[in-house]
Amino acid sequence: MALVELRNVHKSFQRDTQVIEVFENLTLDVAERSFTALMGPSGSGKSTLLNLIAGLDRPTSGTITVAGAKVNAMPPTALAAWRARHIGFVFQSYNLLPVLTAFQNVELPLLLAPLSRKQRDERVRIALGVVGLDDRLQHYPRQLSGGQEQRVAIARAIVSDPTLILLDEPTGQLDKRAAEEVLALLQRLNSELHKTIIIVTHDAHAAEKAKQVLHLEKGVLAA
Amino acid sequence: MKIPFVYNLRSIGQRPVSTAMTALGVSLVVAVFVAMLALANGFRAALVKTGSPGNVIVLRRGAASEMESGISRESERLIAADPRIATGAAGRPLVSPEVFVVINIPRAVGEGVNNVVARGVNDEAFAVRNIHIVAGRKFESGRSEIIIGKKIVPRFAHTAIGDTLRFATRDWLVVGHFEAGGSALESEVWGENEQFMPVFRGEVFQSVILRLTDPAAFDDLKRALEGDQRLTVQAQRESAFYAGQSTVLTRILTFLAVMITSVMAVGAVFGAVNTMYAAVSSRTPEIAVLLTLGFPPRSVLASFLAESAAIAFLGGVAGGLLALPINGIVTSTTNWNSFSEVAFAFRVTPGLLVGGVIFAVVMGVVGGFFPAWRAARLQVVQALR
Repeated sequence: MALVELRNVHKSFQRDTQVIEVFENLTLDVAERSFTALMGPSGSGKSTLLNLIAGLDRPTSGTITVAGAKVNAMPPTALAAWRARHIGFVFQSYNLLPVLTAFQNVELPLLLAPLSRKQRDERVRIALGVVGLDDRLQHYPRQLSGGQEQRVAIARAIVSDPTLILLDEPTGQLDKRAAEEVLALLQRLNSELHKTIIIVTHDAHAAEKAKQVLHLEKGVLAA
Repeated sequence: MKIPFVYNLRSIGQRPVSTAMTALGVSLVVAVFVAMLALANGFRAALVKTGSPGNVIVLRRGAASEMESGISRESERLIAADPRIATGAAGRPLVSPEVFVVINIPRAVGEGVNNVVARGVNDEAFAVRNIHIVAGRKFESGRSEIIIGKKIVPRFAHTAIGDTLRFATRDWLVVGHFEAGGSALESEVWGENEQFMPVFRGEVFQSVILRLTDPAAFDDLKRALEGDQRLTVQAQRESAFYAGQSTVLTRILTFLAVMITSVMAVGAVFGAVNTMYAAVSSRTPEIAVLLTLGFPPRSVLASFLAESAAIAFLGGVAGGLLALPINGIVTSTTNWNSFSEVAFAFRVTPGLLVGGVIFAVVMGVVGGFFPAWRAARLQVVQALR
């Protein structure tokens, strides 16, 4: 059984009087421990697909199952709790909270788990150690480079040991060297820590690092 | 688990100008709120201090104030004979039959006159009322001499020792100033009752104040006096009488404080609304991240409410500090029971300051609610775009 299962997913938006169809009858399986890159032109629905899998958006019809849970049928409060437990999300523009330190940013998801302060402290240090920033615990986002910020965002995504890590254009705002570092980190998370990763990217080079590449064009998926 | 408060505190620090303006608005409301209630508080305290729980005031039955009362010499003698009354150093009962009238005397500053209570008392009054001469001496029996309460000395003309004050068609020599523990008695002019009686209201006293040997004997004394067929009087604990005298004006001042500050609070609340809408608007992506991480909408709501409350709390503390210097400043108003001037000090108490801060926090929570509600209802996908 796949970790992520989309069945006959239909998604449309209403913009003024116009209905915009994003997907029709989209079906997708993502295996556990896989590293999948999702490519496609702007407006093809890549980010929408990621949002649907994360439960941030709801399909117009169809079912989305992640780790056995029917995401599309969950009430909002249960969905928030489920997301906290199962999903690690990384944004293109890092989206760290600027007034919190790297440590505090990474600690945020753990505040939703029944952990002691000491347990949280240990996990944050481990996560920041995995991304190579255990010497930047007390730095604020403004004191970090773009690559470092994105690594903190990845640490925040992995710190609660989620079932699935979703990344939306994680190298989109990074220079080549920082992008390489981030991609190498993702490969290591998949190969060594067996994390299931889905990455949305425009960058063919970034997609090459994945084990599986899917192309999304006009709402249709192709390998 | 809630969103850490440090996130809100540091976010407040990111926009110091709008935070300061909002806090300033709240602080002004709180300062006015505290100041007005300190006024009511001070007035009430002055009157309440006037009465001692060990003292009893006897008035004509049905009289709501000393102004309306009249007690004959014969009645006074019957009252003074009660065995429950304490005796003074000379072995005489601690009973003070008093004449109570309102006179006009000229103000120290500007034109015009004001009503002031003139109270005729006997020697025992000083012990019964706990009065101390702070300058000069007591009036002497049989002479047209008066002493002045220290709170009104600077407010009225001809009240210095050695001055002559003219009222009731006679000249009265000021021979002393007295204090009465900050009570309303310090706003009065005192002379001998035997001198005041013939020039004012004839052969009647307006009240009889007496000190009980045992304050617990009040009920027995009250029953005895009010049940005596020869007397038509009512007895009240002095403390309860003066507390009652302050009720009307205290209520009016409190009502005004609440009304005025409520109107001002609307403005402050709108300030908080503005600031918090701006905060929510500028931090939309951050809110989206928090919701994406799995914080439930109620945590976001609580977080922004706490932030608004924190700004208002700062305003509340500042407002309290702004109002604090008025503590002890002497002002005056008309006692609506005697239509005479009562001088008293603004009284800013710890309870009032705490009340001001609570009021501020309430303003913050009210002002922050709709922006926080908007934050909690944010559509994550749209916010992330």
